[in-house]
Amino acid sequence: MYAQMVKTDGKGIKPDAEMTPEERRFQARIDAGEKIEPKEWMPDAYRQTLIRQIGQHAHSEIVGQLPEGNWITRAPTLERKAILLAKVQDEAGHGLYLYCAAETLGVSRDELTEALLSGKMKYSSIFNYPTLTWADIGAVGWLVDGAAIMNQVPLQRTSYGPYSRAMIRICKEESFHQRQGYDIMMKMAQGTPEQKRMAQDALDRFWYPSLMMFGPSDKDSVHSAQSMAWKIKINTNDELRQKFVDQTVPQAEYLGLSIPDPDLSWNEDKGGYDFSQPDWSEFFAVLKGNGPCNRDRIEARQQAWDDGRWFRDGLSAHATKAQARRAASKVAAE
Amino acid sequence: MPSLPDMMTPDAAALAKAAGKGEAIPLAAGTPEHDLFTGLLRLGDNALILGHRVSEWCGHAPVLEEDIALANVALDLIGQTQLWLGLAGTVQGRRRSADDLAFLRDAWDFRNLLLVERPNRDFGHTLMRQFLFDAWHQPVLKALEESTDPRIAEIAAKAGKEVAYHLERSADLVIRLGNGTEESHARMQDALERLWPYTGEAFIGDEIDARLAEAGLMPRPEALRPDWEATVRAVLDEATLHAPQDDFAQTGGRQGRHTEDLGHLLSTMQWLQRAYPGAAW
Repeated sequence: MYAQMVKTDGKGIKPDAEMTPEERRFQARIDAGEKIEPKEWMPDAYRQTLIRQIGQHAHSEIVGQLPEGNWITRAPTLERKAILLAKVQDEAGHGLYLYCAAETLGVSRDELTEALLSGKMKYSSIFNYPTLTWADIGAVGWLVDGAAIMNQVPLQRTSYGPYSRAMIRICKEESFHQRQGYDIMMKMAQGTPEQKRMAQDALDRFWYPSLMMFGPSDKDSVHSAQSMAWKIKINTNDELRQKFVDQTVPQAEYLGLSIPDPDLSWNEDKGGYDFSQPDWSEFFAVLKGNGPCNRDRIEARQQAWDDGRWFRDGLSAHATKAQARRAASKVAAE
Repeated sequence: MPSLPDMMTPDAAALAKAAGKGEAIPLAAGTPEHDLFTGLLRLGDNALILGHRVSEWCGHAPVLEEDIALANVALDLIGQTQLWLGLAGTVQGRRRSADDLAFLRDAWDFRNLLLVERPNRDFGHTLMRQFLFDAWHQPVLKALEESTDPRIAEIAAKAGKEVAYHLERSADLVIRLGNGTEESHARMQDALERLWPYTGEAFIGDEIDARLAEAGLMPRPEALRPDWEATVRAVLDEATLHAPQDDFAQTGGRQGRHTEDLGHLLSTMQWLQRAYPGAAW
């Protein structure tokens, strides 16, 4: 998942005694592992939180096309070009499933797009970092998709039916994405000195931004507690970050690359690595709009939207004309 | 004037060895191998260059569904490139892979139609270019299915299935946008007029085409014109668009004389391979 710091409208979990009978029945269904479907009753805060979370995830897929799309025209072989195109195309497809899932909650794709472009809705901070060398395409697949998978796999069990089903489809494709990224890194790490340098440089630049993808520690967050009670968040940010580090360190070792963290060490007692936290002030600056690429990313989306207006209007006008013709011929036939 | 040292190397084998992969000695013009190699480059380079152009849209299309559909078209074309250029490398017999041919030739060795290297401009221009190409691509592949070379027939059959969909899609969008709003009509008409001079080249054969046709390997370019015209006329009529009367044709792409655009496209596409020679990716 690419959602960070999604706020709930509630002020924490309501005690059972304060719930209305409807809310109590709703919570009981979730606790029993039932799926909530679009036309069924749900608390408004549940609906709004899901719209924010699914919307943010969808936007991340769409904006996420840009840093990788940056290398499609420079991919070094025909096969790499085809694989990267297919991957970026998958991301557009993920965006589409997710916008459709959000639509079932009563918000249109156009409304969500407007909210993205106006800055009202966010997308993952990671896509505000640039892809500077071909190795970055490897690092994005390996680290960024790797971090996303950590979150998405548990979300296949999320309580909202359409979201859960979208996640199941997305997860199948994400594991292919991560493998292709690692495969690029392998080639680079085993390649010429320049290629190794690119690979290490990509890891150096993407390591901490990847750790930021999980969001700041949320062990005391009322929003997270509510989302977890609703099963639209399954694990805490810290749990997922730890899992990601534990999985990734041996992969980096296998590549012969070093994680840019002098304090990284295996902690026998907890059975996991101790590691340095990313610079959270940088994270908040990026969320505020001051990452290396925030303005460029939104400008690119804005331009695609503005330049495409005549195209969308043309198709609608044609559909209206065709409908009118059909209606006229029906009248004539009667 | 000082005398220049003798640069002639009598030993062709030594020269070939020294030249390495990227600069194989050319096949002698007029031989059947050279003809077939050229014919295959013409097919493969069209797919490569158009696939590249279409891929430039990835992430920037006017709606998500179009982004996905365009990526499909680009993927098909890149797949076809691998097949045609792979076979071209085999026919050339210089141990050059499809990647070597795609990434290590300079512009004058490319044999694609000028039409496909024209820049994307707006989305309407991209769609019109696609339609004018697809309307030619489909009949050429159909004819190639009858090639006396089974390797060619096999690639054509596979590509033909993909291109039938490309044509269906591009024709449908040209119709809808041509007969949409005033603005979409004007944009499509403008695209048609800009691209029209680049359509005639596909139907002008040279002596290589004549020999390939004689051998039953590839169709004569002139023979494809009626099919193309029928498709284009029908679609433009329904789209309420008007083909220019002028039938002047810009030519040269099939012989290696290109527009200024191709060099820029190649400098992007080939950059990594050129900057880090010999690296594996």
